[in-house]
Amino acid sequence: MTNMLNLTLKVWRQAGPDQPGRFEEYTTTVADDASFLEMLDYVNEDLIAHDQEPIAFDHDCREGICGSCGVMIDGQAHGPQKGTATCQLHMRKFADGSHITVEPWRAAGFPLIRDLSVDRSAFDRIIESGGYISVSTGAAPEANMIPVPKDVADAAMDAAACIGCGACVAACPNSAASLFTSAKMQQLNLLPQGQAERWRRTEDMVETMEEFFGSCTNHGECQEACPKEIPIDFIAMMNRDYLKAKFANRRRGGQRKAG
Amino acid sequence: MPHATVARPGAEAPPVHKPVDRNAPWPVQFWQSAVGKKWLMALSGVALWGFVFVHMIGNLKLYLGEKDYNEYGESLRTLLHPIMPNHVVLWIMRIGLIGAFVIHIVAAASLTQMNRRSRPVGYQSTRDYISANFASRSMRITGVIILAYLIFHLFDLSWTGTGATYVRGDVYDNVVGSLQRPWSAAAYAIANIALGIHLFHGTWSMFQSMGLNNPRYNSIRRAIAFGMSTVVAVANLTFPILVATKVVK
Ligand code: SF4
Ligand code: FES
Repeated sequence: MTNMLNLTLKVWRQAGPDQPGRFEEYTTTVADDASFLEMLDYVNEDLIAHDQEPIAFDHDCREGICGSCGVMIDGQAHGPQKGTATCQLHMRKFADGSHITVEPWRAAGFPLIRDLSVDRSAFDRIIESGGYISVSTGAAPEANMIPVPKDVADAAMDAAACIGCGACVAACPNSAASLFTSAKMQQLNLLPQGQAERWRRTEDMVETMEEFFGSCTNHGECQEACPKEIPIDFIAMMNRDYLKAKFANRRRGGQRKAG
Repeated sequence: MPHATVARPGAEAPPVHKPVDRNAPWPVQFWQSAVGKKWLMALSGVALWGFVFVHMIGNLKLYLGEKDYNEYGESLRTLLHPIMPNHVVLWIMRIGLIGAFVIHIVAAASLTQMNRRSRPVGYQSTRDYISANFASRSMRITGVIILAYLIFHLFDLSWTGTGATYVRGDVYDNVVGSLQRPWSAAAYAIANIALGIHLFHGTWSMFQSMGLNNPRYNSIRRAIAFGMSTVVAVANLTFPILVATKVVK
């Protein structure tokens, strides 16, 4: 059965990067089987009907796989439900009469564009620097040519679940992007196909990450916020690989002098 | 009607921090990188852990009385004698310790700066932390308390004394005399509680920073950190209690 919820929202409104921002209050009535983004849609329809600027927020797939959505809901990245992206969070998680505060991700590496929408292109810089493998194009190789132990494949798959939403940065008290970077790195470093570029990738991705984001102090907030429940074990693996990379890359006689 | 198109700035988010200089010698690069600094904090942390632990073991000699305790104090000066001249091993350890302290503190200060710059505009609503605990969030405060106490401690028991009758070399009487003053015992207690809290997060954090992760022991890393830091803090805290209850005088 559908219940209707009366909600009071406090939403961060900011017209542009250099404009002053503030919380605005809105009230809305919404069915409890609406998703959080659908709830915002209703609020926006109301705003548009009253000739006001709707709230800008990012979204695309609305099924928890694209990583576009994501806001701070009552001080938690993606809201109160563990392992759930904002688009998959349903209003039944909230009680009738709730006051809900919605704020954008805050990090120097994620400059605000407008309202709840931030620029996450810094993640693209990290991926460009090494989050890939180089392969010859052509027919797909026979899948069973390279043996991969099941547990290794599983671990790599766990890392590969990252959707690049940025909740790890948003939740981190230091705005560190270690969870994202380590997931995107270890999904390749764990597999045979990722070995050729492993040490170069590790150095490049870590150092690109550090141009935009803070330093990990092992609070563990990221793994709590992550909608894909990626564990911080990957951060430990990244740290170990980084030390090895600094040695391994040097051992091959000046092969990689300049970045 | 207003519409909801959001202008995506063509210019992408600019870098926030200085890049690692890939033309520098690799140890310099390692130091410039935050992951590298965390490695160095972990390694210096291991050295400092060793010091704290041995210091605690040595102080347990308080239980054996004045003679044993003073002999222990003196033995530090003659460590590895006659293989090495007196004081030499002590000085090597001191220099190592000073180095570890400097690395640990300078790296912490620099990473703190980096993290401040990484979120210039903070959250305007209340953050709801889930796993960040008191220990992990107060590392800077507990660290500063420990450093402040350490400086006092050196004046108090190694350099000049701080008011209580201080006789250089008379280790036992100096310790007891110092801790008989309630304010000194209180400072000692606060510093050691801070130390316990700092070691708890530090030990757990060390595993992560050095990539020591293995499904076999991951689940007990927190317990190891808790056990080790509690042992040190509790053992140290018994000393002022011994003095206050006049078991040691
Ligand atoms: S690691 Fe998790 S929280 Fe971070 S970007 Fe990937 S999916 Fe989002
Ligand atoms: S909109 Fe795609 S993950 Fe939420």
